[in-house]
Amino acid sequence: MIEWFTAAQIVVAVVGGIVAIVMGAMGRKPSDLTMGFTGVVALLLIVQLAVSIASPLTGNLPTGNLFEFYIYLISAILVPIAAGFWALLERSRWSTIILGVGMLSVAVMLYRMSQIWFVQGA
Amino acid sequence: MSTAPVSAATNVEKPDAPRTRRSGLGRLLIAVYAVLALAATGRSFYQVATKFDEAPLAYSLSALAAVVYIFATIALIVPGRTWFVIARLTIGFELAGVLIVGLLSVIAPSLFGHPSVWSYFGAGYLFIPLVMPILGLLWLARNPDEGR
Repeated sequence: MIEWFTAAQIVVAVVGGIVAIVMGAMGRKPSDLTMGFTGVVALLLIVQLAVSIASPLTGNLPTGNLFEFYIYLISAILVPIAAGFWALLERSRWSTIILGVGMLSVAVMLYRMSQIWFVQGA
Repeated sequence: MSTAPVSAATNVEKPDAPRTRRSGLGRLLIAVYAVLALAATGRSFYQVATKFDEAPLAYSLSALAAVVYIFATIALIVPGRTWFVIARLTIGFELAGVLIVGLLSVIAPSLFGHPSVWSYFGAGYLFIPLVMPILGLLWLARNPDEGR
């Protein structure tokens, strides 16, 4: 895990989450903007997966438990994908809100992951 | 072809489906419960797999909570009287669980202080495990089963 990349990911997820919740509250169906944010969040998580796999090879080791870290990461990857599918199947204001809730959940999970990697003892 | 008046904002949804526990806000409930079930299952799996002996009682409860969350999520989705009752039971069980375990973790932290979904009234999960069952039970009360 790389600090600046993780921070950037969290920012994107929080912004996307808030935008989607506001748009959903306004009654908007999932749009290119909200689906776009969800897609970017998912994509960045895949990149995070690659970074995390490669990190120990460059001497970047987690301070906490790697197994716990990966449970969070895999869970996090599933969330925007599931939310995205939901939004594709049902085009309503609620699916837009759900996109937002999903992205905010990812932000929280990323924060937890960063704690496990950088701060927490195993 | 829709007979509803054409709206200037074509991106705005016009809901007209019959109201069930799955409509509108119920969808959000389902989504949040699904994320909660995922998080609880993941964390419980990690605890039971790696450090069960540290706090077997707390981690067993954690595993039970995860299973109950999964059933609650399913019960919010699947229509019918039986699953409506299961939804009430599982969500009610969760509320009781978060209140009881929350209290016990404060009173006897050596037994119940280990981090789990219900410890300290769900503080580790932004109190979502406390708020959700309350909202869930309220929602179910307002949207009783579809009657069949």
